[in-house]
Amino acid sequence: MATFIEIKKAVKSFGSLQALNGVDLSVQKGEVVLIIGPSGSGKSTLLRSINRLERLDSGSITIDGESVTNEGSDIRHIRQEVGMVFQSFNLFPHLKVIDNITLSPVTVLKKGKEEALQTARRLLDKVGLSEKEHAWPDELSGGQQQRVAIARALAMNPKVMLFDEPTSALDPEMIKEVLDVMIDLAREGMTMLIVSHEMGFAKAAADRIIFMDAGQIVEEAPPETFFSSPREERTRRFLEHIL
Amino acid sequence: MTKGSGRSERDSKNPARPTINVTDGTLIPLKDEGGVLSAWNISFFGAIALLVALPLFSPDPYLRILSFVPDGLFATFSVTIISICFALIIGLFAGLGRISQRAWVNRIATVYVEIIRGIPLLVQLFYIYYALGPLLRLQGPPAAILAMSICYGAYMAEIFRAGIQAIPKGQMEAALALGMSRSSAMRMIIIPQTIRVILPPIGNEFIALLKDSSLVSILAVSDLLRRGREYASTSFRYFESYTVIALIYLVMTLFFSRLVAIMEERLRHRGNVH
Repeated sequence: MATFIEIKKAVKSFGSLQALNGVDLSVQKGEVVLIIGPSGSGKSTLLRSINRLERLDSGSITIDGESVTNEGSDIRHIRQEVGMVFQSFNLFPHLKVIDNITLSPVTVLKKGKEEALQTARRLLDKVGLSEKEHAWPDELSGGQQQRVAIARALAMNPKVMLFDEPTSALDPEMIKEVLDVMIDLAREGMTMLIVSHEMGFAKAAADRIIFMDAGQIVEEAPPETFFSSPREERTRRFLEHIL
Repeated sequence: MTKGSGRSERDSKNPARPTINVTDGTLIPLKDEGGVLSAWNISFFGAIALLVALPLFSPDPYLRILSFVPDGLFATFSVTIISICFALIIGLFAGLGRISQRAWVNRIATVYVEIIRGIPLLVQLFYIYYALGPLLRLQGPPAAILAMSICYGAYMAEIFRAGIQAIPKGQMEAALALGMSRSSAMRMIIIPQTIRVILPPIGNEFIALLKDSSLVSILAVSDLLRRGREYASTSFRYFESYTVIALIYLVMTLFFSRLVAIMEERLRHRGNVH
C-alpha cells in the first residue's frame, strides 16, 4: 500500500485558538481512518484542511503526490477527487435530489447529461433511495438527506471521502442507515477519513483510530488495541466519557 | 423615505430557513389581519369607491380630472419600471461588491452605498438635473431615471447583500468541495436561493419607488402628480385635483402591496428549507 494522503507539521489557528498544533498524518490508499477527540481538539479543522476549506498557517498536505497547500496548485482539480460529507448535509434546497447529484458531474466534469443521470441513478440505488429521485431535499428525513449527500459526493468519482461528523445531526434511528452506507463504502476499498464518535462504525469498518486533543494527535492504533488497551492517560479519560 | 435595510441580517429564529426582513414603510397586509373589514380592504375598496362615485355624482371637475391624468400615469409607470430594472442591475453588482473578498471592490461598493443612502432622493434629483445639468445635458425623464436608479441601486445592494448572507455558509462550502469555482457556485447555488429570499423586499422597494417617483414631477417630467398640478393650476380646483391624485396613488400602492403579500405567502410554501 502506498501513502495516499500525507500531512506534515500542520499548524492552524483561529485568533487565539490553536486548532492544529503540528499534526503529522499519513493515510494509505484504501485505508479507513476514524478521527475522534473532544470538541475543539482540531479534528474537523484537520479534515477541512485536506480539501483546503481551511488554509493552514504552515505545514503541508499532499494527496496522491499533488500539493493541496501550495498556493499555485489547482485546488479545484484536487477537490474534484476529494468527496466531502458535512454534518449539516448541505444539499442544495432549490434542486431536486437527482439534480443535486448530477449538477457537479455535468458542470464541473463536463459529463453528458445522460451519463450523469445514469451514474446518479446507480448511486441513488446504492444508498437505497431510488424512489426519491424527484423529491425535494426538504421532503426527506435527515438520514435520507445525508445518504443523498453521500451519493452526490460519490458522483464525482472521488479517490478519497471525507466525513465531517456525518451522523451528529441525526436522530438515533437514522444513524444506522447512514453508517450502513459508509460501511459498504469502506468494504469496497474507498479511502476514508471520518470525524465521528460512532464506535459501532469504528469496530465494523475502521482500520485505524486517531485520538486528537488540543490540536495534536495523542494516540493512534487499530480499533482492537485502541479500545482495549489505550496507552495514554488522556485517551483513557476520553474513552470513559464516550463508551 | 424610511428604510431599515441595515437591519436585514439573518433571522436567527430558525437557521435552516433564511428570512430577511427589510421594511420600508409600505403597508404590507398580514395574513392574520384578515376579514372583510381589514385595514387593507377598507383602504383599497374605499379608495376605489370614491374614485368611481366622485365622477359619477360630480362629473365636473372629477370626470375632467380623471380624463386629464392618465398620461401622467403612463409617465409614472415608465419611470418606475425602467428605474427598478436599472436599480436591480446596479444593486446586484454593488451587493456582490459589498461581500467581495477583494478589499478595494468592497470599499468602492460600500462607499457608494453609504453616500447614496446619506443623501435624500430629492437632493439627488436636484443634483443630477440642475447641478450636473450643464455637464450631463439630460432631459427630465432620463435624469429622473438616472437619479432613481442610482438611489435605489444602493438600497437594492443592501437587499442583495443581506439575501446572499442569509444563505447558510455550508452551501458555498458544499459547492466548493464538489470542485465548483466560487463564481459558478455563486451563480448556480447561492443566487438562485437568494432570489426567493429577496423577492418580497424587492417588491417593497418597487412600491417605495412607485411612491417616490412623484418627486420627479419637479424635473419637468409629466408624471401623475405633475399632471394633477397642471390641472389644479389652470382650474384652481386644488382640493379636487389632489384628492384624485392621492386616491390613485393609494389604489396602486395597495394593489401592489397585496401582490407582494401573496408572493411572500407562496414563497413560504416552497421555501429554502433543508
